[in-house]
Amino acid sequence: MLANFGYGALLVSLLVSFYGVFAAIYGVRKNKPAWVESARLAMLLTFPLITIAALSLILLLVNGNYELEYVSSVTSNSMPLYLRVTALWGGQAGSLIFWSWLMSAFASAVTLRKWKRDREFLPWVIVVSLVTLAFFLILVIFFENAFERIWRFPSGQFEVAMFQPAGTILATMRDGQGLNPLLRHPGMIIHPPMLYLGFVAFVIPYAFAIAALVTGRNDDRWIRITRRWTLVAWLFLSLGLLLGGRWAYDVLGWGGYWGWDPVEIAAFMPWLTGTAFLHSVMIQEKRGMLKHWNMVLIILTYCLVIFGTFLTRSGVLSSVHAFAQSAIGPLFFGFIGLTFIVSLTLLLQRWDSLKSEAHMTSMLSREALFLLNNLLFLSILVVCFWGVIFPLISELFTGQKVTVGPPFYERATSPLFAGLLLLMGVAPLAAWRHSTAKTLGRAMWKPFIFSVVIGIGLPMVMGVTEWPALLGFWLCAFVLSVTLNEFWRGALARHRRSSENLGLAVWRLAGRNRRRYGGYIIHLGVVLMAIGIIGIELFQTETQGTVPQGGSITLGDYTVTYKSLAIFDTADGRNVARAVLDVEKNGQPVAQLHPRRDFYFESQQQMTIPGVRSTMEDDLYVLLVDWLPATSQGASFKVYHNPLVNWLWLGGLVFILGTLVAAWPDKDPEEAVVPVRHSTYAGADV
Amino acid sequence: MEQTAISESKSNGRIKFIIGGLLIVAAVVYLIISSTKASAQYFLTVDELINKGSSVQGRDLRLSGAVIGDSIQYDPQTLNLTFTIASIPGNNKEIEQLGGLAEVLHQAVSDPNRQRIQVSYNGPKPDLLRNEAQAIITGQIGQDGTFHADELLLKCPTKYEEAVPDQAEGSS
Repeated sequence: MLANFGYGALLVSLLVSFYGVFAAIYGVRKNKPAWVESARLAMLLTFPLITIAALSLILLLVNGNYELEYVSSVTSNSMPLYLRVTALWGGQAGSLIFWSWLMSAFASAVTLRKWKRDREFLPWVIVVSLVTLAFFLILVIFFENAFERIWRFPSGQFEVAMFQPAGTILATMRDGQGLNPLLRHPGMIIHPPMLYLGFVAFVIPYAFAIAALVTGRNDDRWIRITRRWTLVAWLFLSLGLLLGGRWAYDVLGWGGYWGWDPVEIAAFMPWLTGTAFLHSVMIQEKRGMLKHWNMVLIILTYCLVIFGTFLTRSGVLSSVHAFAQSAIGPLFFGFIGLTFIVSLTLLLQRWDSLKSEAHMTSMLSREALFLLNNLLFLSILVVCFWGVIFPLISELFTGQKVTVGPPFYERATSPLFAGLLLLMGVAPLAAWRHSTAKTLGRAMWKPFIFSVVIGIGLPMVMGVTEWPALLGFWLCAFVLSVTLNEFWRGALARHRRSSENLGLAVWRLAGRNRRRYGGYIIHLGVVLMAIGIIGIELFQTETQGTVPQGGSITLGDYTVTYKSLAIFDTADGRNVARAVLDVEKNGQPVAQLHPRRDFYFESQQQMTIPGVRSTMEDDLYVLLVDWLPATSQGASFKVYHNPLVNWLWLGGLVFILGTLVAAWPDKDPEEAVVPVRHSTYAGADV
Repeated sequence: MEQTAISESKSNGRIKFIIGGLLIVAAVVYLIISSTKASAQYFLTVDELINKGSSVQGRDLRLSGAVIGDSIQYDPQTLNLTFTIASIPGNNKEIEQLGGLAEVLHQAVSDPNRQRIQVSYNGPKPDLLRNEAQAIITGQIGQDGTFHADELLLKCPTKYEEAVPDQAEGSS
């Protein structure tokens, strides 16, 4: 009953979406504002409708209606309430409903804004949002229906269908298979929603970009309206990526945080274009340049968002053939291809009217360095894209299956990431319009010397000799000193002018120019993350061994002693093997660790939970990999020493904090943030 | 609108930017090609590997085959693990035509005429390593004809099949 109700709500919302698209186009073509208003109301209506569908599914999950195939595949009797609710995004069908729900929430929020000054955008924003929404609704209604039930024939055979096939009764199921244990982790519970929020929010700037193209408004109004949307989207996407990394570190048990898996890359690619976009819109706002480029970036981001949604839930890339078997694969690619072609056609039509209002004159000007930053981000994108599609291409043309693994990505992207770090240090010192080596050198020499001392001298004193590490640490120190110097200079100026104390001066400085200083805080976060990444990537060591009770494994300064092992069943359907280990560092006891292995009876899956001793200096990360069951005397452990990895998580926090500062609402955002530039279109902006 | 003098200096500047851009593009293309060459992993079946012989020695390979249960030897003290795999087709379509992965694995293990290869690995024995599992192994082929694995990935087809009918029967 409830299943039919939820399914019905989805059907109605699809019809409403179609109506909205039609009404918006009709209204704008016939110049009838009442129709556009009606389309806006249709947009608003989709949110409660999809809310009904999502809530129905959540109720079915919580109640344990296992006759629904989706419910039985992601929940079980032993799962606590919060996990049953979050099982909404535990499988493909549910997560597509969840996606649609978020999409309708964001699109509805947009239609509620004040449209006074840009009424002409409204119908096209509605059209783009509703077309996207309709696509996902079609998927969840016709191809990945979470409300399908299992029916039983008198003969004992089963069929999965939405509506009762003749001569069948509803199957009675007492328990489900349960959520994949790997997904039962706090990081995994919030990671997909964050990623999805990021994906969905990027649809909004894209919708405005398309609206600007269709209406022929060639100023940067669309960028100013969507600036905060873009930042919010980017914030969630970054948060999603970070949480995913943390989850991998805590749960997957391979001592790492990022494995260059196609699914990870799929979420990373829209982040790359989004980051490039965030930087290059500043040039359009300041100098009226790169208008085509920004359009291309937001179109690419949108397509990659759809692509990412698809990949993160289906795992098609493991094989060409798996892709062909899935019904929704061709649909997704069709949709991406279509939107890409339509968007580019629109862009080409407006190509001439989007001419730059200025030209780049100096290779070292800030706008040129921003452009270089964009090229580097896109280069990383190309590397990622190549790595993902290379197996498909090679199989297609040579018949030989060839894949590239993490070494490919690490080798190809690390010079590009290093280049980005360097730019992060240089670009804030470069002037707009015109900048020479001389002016740059004058601004740079102090932070440069400081960074050589801190970034190269200090690590060498501590015994680091590898040149990639020294280069990396130097780059980090350079960005750090340039960025802190920016804060210092600004705060000092305020302090001198108004005799504020320095702490207050920093606070007010960042508050007055949130975008700029928020950006700097993000840069600081990136530097801290880079320190952690250099630490774990270049200095990680590992060992493994089987020891009897009382025996020890030594790695670097650490000695791990195996004390005992307990094996027991838990009430929530797990068999747990938990080891107790004493950790000594240079002979001093520092911690007791409990690596364990959980075996889930329902799903017959196991999960290896590391025991971690974490400090800012390093992590000692121990996995229980095997034990002798009869005696529980001996056990095998894998021990990782991960230097500096905590800086990665700390940097992530700073990064998110900076994004919040940059995205925090200003009193009068459009005027306060960006000074009026001298251009032919300046009058139109303010 | 533009005056000639300005447009000349502008085109000068533009050439600089174009050259700079081309240099970056060239560098990225070089990075991608060289990294692809350095880290490409070839997917091979046991048959292909034996046919290629020593020409692929030292290369990073990815090998897929059916695990023969009786051959598994594991020393928990040293973590030395050896087992033998039998050749299965590499192409998913072919596997489908032959009756699915489970069937293909079963046939490969019970057919003594299939090409086989010994695999050695140092590390904990994976739980899924058992008779008629599909092993996907990354590593190199040694001079002794043994495949030295750096990474083991195992799939048991029964666990990946649609489990709904089975389960439903059990509970109704």
